[in-house]
Amino acid sequence: MTRTVKEKNSSVRTRSLIRLFERLRQFSTDDFFEISSTLFAAIVVVILALTAVVLTRGSIPAFDAYGISFVFGSDWSAVAGREVYGALPYILGTLVTSAIAMGVGVPISLGIAIFLAEMAPGSIRNPLSQLIEILAAVPSVIYGFWGLLVFRFWIVDLIEKPLSRDFGTIAVFQGTPFGLDILTAGLILAIMIIPTVSSISKEVMMAVPSSQREAAYSIGATRWEVVRIGVLNYSRSGIFGAAILGLGRAVGETMAVTMVIGNAIGPAAFPGSLFQSGQTLSSLIANEFGEANPGSLLLSSLIGLGLILFAFALIINVFAQLMVWKVLRVKGRVE
Amino acid sequence: MEDFKIQTQKLNAWFGNNHALKDISLGIRQNQVTAIIGPSGCGKSTLIRCLNRMHELVPGARSSGSVLLDGANIYSRGIDPVTVRRRVGMVFQKANPFPTMSVYDNVAAGLKLNGVRNPDTLDEAVKRSLEQAFLWDEVRDDLDNSGASLSGGQQQRLCIARALAVEPEAILMDEPCSALDPIATAKIEQLITNLKEKYTVVIVTHNMQQAARVSDVTAFLYLGQLIEYGGTTSLFENPKEELTERYLTGKFG
Repeated sequence: MTRTVKEKNSSVRTRSLIRLFERLRQFSTDDFFEISSTLFAAIVVVILALTAVVLTRGSIPAFDAYGISFVFGSDWSAVAGREVYGALPYILGTLVTSAIAMGVGVPISLGIAIFLAEMAPGSIRNPLSQLIEILAAVPSVIYGFWGLLVFRFWIVDLIEKPLSRDFGTIAVFQGTPFGLDILTAGLILAIMIIPTVSSISKEVMMAVPSSQREAAYSIGATRWEVVRIGVLNYSRSGIFGAAILGLGRAVGETMAVTMVIGNAIGPAAFPGSLFQSGQTLSSLIANEFGEANPGSLLLSSLIGLGLILFAFALIINVFAQLMVWKVLRVKGRVE
Repeated sequence: MEDFKIQTQKLNAWFGNNHALKDISLGIRQNQVTAIIGPSGCGKSTLIRCLNRMHELVPGARSSGSVLLDGANIYSRGIDPVTVRRRVGMVFQKANPFPTMSVYDNVAAGLKLNGVRNPDTLDEAVKRSLEQAFLWDEVRDDLDNSGASLSGGQQQRLCIARALAVEPEAILMDEPCSALDPIATAKIEQLITNLKEKYTVVIVTHNMQQAARVSDVTAFLYLGQLIEYGGTTSLFENPKEELTERYLTGKFG
């Protein structure tokens, strides 16, 4: 019994060896392309994994030194012998600026997407869509420059001064309007997420089958009602995904934010008021890394901020891709 | 002059340069089922889409002539197509329920657009419409399920219920059974026969047997022209036009 199984196994092995040799003999340029392109594709996975490994390893000293208070602490001091680093104000700064960006940027993006997908004729839709894509390609340092030199004065004159005058007693509007603050950073981010959110929302809306619009028209919907019950309802999870992709961009954006947020440090960086200087995870890394010596706790802490940021961005993007993918995949299934 | 519910007068329709309907004049009576038959591309769908101003929603589409609803031209200046569509409902070739809405919300959608908010009124209208669409018994316990979770035939009856909920005066059906199996088709045909007690029904079909089974009056269209129009029995048994006879006997189409 065992012998026959063994014989069988060995003959199978021989046969597969023979097949392998035949494969090698026939090794052609096709195989070469297949193997090399697979390797290139694998690089993506390797880069992502290496990033995670490097960030985790680099931040171990900081987590060793401060434990959980590295995440929930609020002091930031590089004075030798009394070094202490806590990430909480910058985590909150990131969340608040991103929330402002979403609150302002997403409705505007939806308006743009509805116009492009539902209202505009092709002769306007196509060039305008191209322009929006170009907007996404503007380097963020340019947005930062514009924010620093132009936009912040508009914010001070048009929004902050009136609000501060009339509602200055409310906590979120306290402080002297200066323009280099959390509000400006949030609004710059809002502008920066518009290209992403609006162009993906437009794609998702255009994937809605026209039978959905006809269904709405046939029960006596007006044009706006058709958009609402025929289009937005159908594509809502995709639009949600688009918004979350925008959030991913807002959370990670560094340069423009660094230039306009005022760069507060330590407990002063808690985002208590919109008119107050703040700091985000990414802007703090950008500001401080030049002063961090190799092997220092400061460097390890900055890498730790990077790890937190990386985790945020990863979770947000995976979630968003799933939502968008869900809508584009069911396109045409229910018509 | 005879009293028609819907009457077309010299109705022409185009898609860009394609002249899809040529001088169609016909009258549709209340409480009757009117069938429109003809080979593919003859303009059947275009014709009924002109009856509730859905035709003009297609880019490049236009029309001329008039369509009288209770004697008033729905293409007159100042007539809101939204009101026309609330009076003349439509069911499409492929069932198109709103997939993110529940069965209940699908049926209630049109009423909500009309500003009906009272839950009792809505409940009542949803029940009545689903009953009229022969769907109530199958979904009464699953009103909260997604409209897309129903079978194909149920989805089509859900769409009929959705159209009925706003209490239209006429219902247009554009090949409502073409995607359904024979059993689901039979149900819908029975339902159409029931509907004419309350409504004016116009049905486009490529299935001649179906036209013979459900309709009182039949119109035969060919290449955008109205070839023959008359009582279904006489048109099927004694067609006056040679073209009609050749189509009915399967010589072309």
